[in-house]
Amino acid sequence: MSGILILEQTLNGLQFGLMLFLLAAGLTLVFGIMDMINLAHGSLYMLGAFLAATFVSLTGSFALGVLIAVPATAALGMLLEVSLLRRLYARDHLSQVLATFALILVLNEAVRIVWGTDLPLAAPAALSGPVEIFPGMLYSSYRLVIIAVGAAAAGLLYFGVAKTRVGMRVRAGASNREMALAMGADIPRLFTIVFGIAAGLCAVAGALLGPILAVQVGMGENILIVAFVVIVIGGIGSVRGALVGSLIVGMVDTIGRAFLPIAFGAFLPPQLASAAGPAAASVLVYLLMAVILYVRPQGLFPARG
Amino acid sequence: MPRVLRRAALGLAIAAALAFPFVMGAEGDAYYVSFASRILVYALAATSLNLILGYGGMISFGHAAFVGTGAYVSSILLAEGIASAWIGWPAAIAASALAALAIGAVSLRTRGAYFIMITLAFAQMMYFLVNSMKAYGGDEGLTLPARARVGLGIDLDDAQTFYYVALAALAAALVGLHRLSHSRFGRVIQAIRENEVRAEAIGFPVYRYKLVCFVIAGAAAGLAGALLASHGKYVNPSVLHWTQSGTLMVMAILGGVGCLWGGALGALALLGLEDLIANHRIAWVAALLPNYQQHASLGVGLTLLAVVLFAPQGIAGLLARRGSRVHDRGSR
Repeated sequence: MSGILILEQTLNGLQFGLMLFLLAAGLTLVFGIMDMINLAHGSLYMLGAFLAATFVSLTGSFALGVLIAVPATAALGMLLEVSLLRRLYARDHLSQVLATFALILVLNEAVRIVWGTDLPLAAPAALSGPVEIFPGMLYSSYRLVIIAVGAAAAGLLYFGVAKTRVGMRVRAGASNREMALAMGADIPRLFTIVFGIAAGLCAVAGALLGPILAVQVGMGENILIVAFVVIVIGGIGSVRGALVGSLIVGMVDTIGRAFLPIAFGAFLPPQLASAAGPAAASVLVYLLMAVILYVRPQGLFPARG
Repeated sequence: MPRVLRRAALGLAIAAALAFPFVMGAEGDAYYVSFASRILVYALAATSLNLILGYGGMISFGHAAFVGTGAYVSSILLAEGIASAWIGWPAAIAASALAALAIGAVSLRTRGAYFIMITLAFAQMMYFLVNSMKAYGGDEGLTLPARARVGLGIDLDDAQTFYYVALAALAAALVGLHRLSHSRFGRVIQAIRENEVRAEAIGFPVYRYKLVCFVIAGAAAGLAGALLASHGKYVNPSVLHWTQSGTLMVMAILGGVGCLWGGALGALALLGLEDLIANHRIAWVAALLPNYQQHASLGVGLTLLAVVLFAPQGIAGLLARRGSRVHDRGSR
């Protein structure tokens, strides 16, 4: 186990964590402010990735394609909020689960009808090779760009939530909706804006992860659950919690996948270790969440005091 | 519905369920006997979920964990050569009850959305664990040599016989749920759903009541899992995937949470609708969308959306609308 391998996996963990944050931030705001369980959040991530793949191949430029896909997904998200999801805020969690589960089915099939089951999306040619971070350490330049973009988006979001007027209303809405309403915040419009931003962040994550994972129908379902784990660990409604949760989950998952099989191999027979290692790594994130919830039933940073 | 009408509807439903294999057998349509058995098994699973969801007000998003435990325990026993249903099914029920006890003991300490998510997390853990059980098929699943053996002249490999066994299991579950909901225990559970703080203040050990309820539902789901594995003679990790929990939840909500028939109606409606779209071409829809049958879940999704928006209390709510009482109050 060399230092370079550890550093490489740490960077991978950071990259995965930042992408998770882009999904989790929107999810936690929607969940926290609107008290809305949106299972279709992963579908917006999928839509963003498909739109990005389409626009990248249309324009011939990765950056331009992504830049068009993000506002397009945000617009679709706002349309969805105004036309459908808005009616669900006042309903119980069960109705929200049923409706957004139905929405997953509808959006999956809609994407299949429009685009087929998958689309190719490659990283831009200029970023396809590795770079030497320091002598002897090669790392994918595309992943470095993802880390930079993810960090920038996280910073921008933090600034937006912590320092701007809209952000102040968002925080007010998350900590006490009735009071925010009574103080004159235009909650319906705020909800639409928040939903649009959340959808846009989904598109950023979908477009950037597309070349690493795959742009295909159903890509949103598994990452959605991990994003839920993140916001529950962090505390529902808290953007800071989502950031901390994302980084914890991203690191734990990546490091676990890389090193648990090796660690198991040290004291288990090889064929047992090769089966138990990956399983333990997959379970690790959920185990972490169960332990955290057992100790702190409201997550690490509860938004409601 | 008035009492007389309700009795008549119940009698009609029982008669139809009993006569179904004969009618289909006369038509020579074996596929639909098997398909109806699948509906019955899912109805059992959704009914067990309805106990915690509708009566207990516990929104569990991990019910597939218990169905999957039952399916895998009975399948592993079958694969190891223990074919008797008298061993396999009780073992499945016991294992699922035990899993529900362990998961419930931890999860029931949390509330609201956190409870939803922690039950989901446990189901995902089991999903990944089963995925890694290379000895029993891993992610490719486990094909069973045969259905479980019951003896007593009952041959489960016969489609009709299996149908009646599944029907008996569902009927037992429905009778059990009916009796339970009118018992002292059931009243307390529903009181906790309505107002947990008040139930606690009156002096009921709320946590223990909820845990027992959770375990009963888990045990029934385990039986559904064992039947499901026997029915398909195949089991794979997707029985534990979160979308399976979601499907069971959709069935319970679609039928009507907190309503005796909710799970059964929901399973019938959802699976029936899927089959209807996929296997019966409707000319005017095909004229608009030639390939619509390949996109059955689009129709299912749109129908579910319509139900949420226009029939908030599910099918049972629609049926009971004119009646004297509506069971469902929803839960939050």
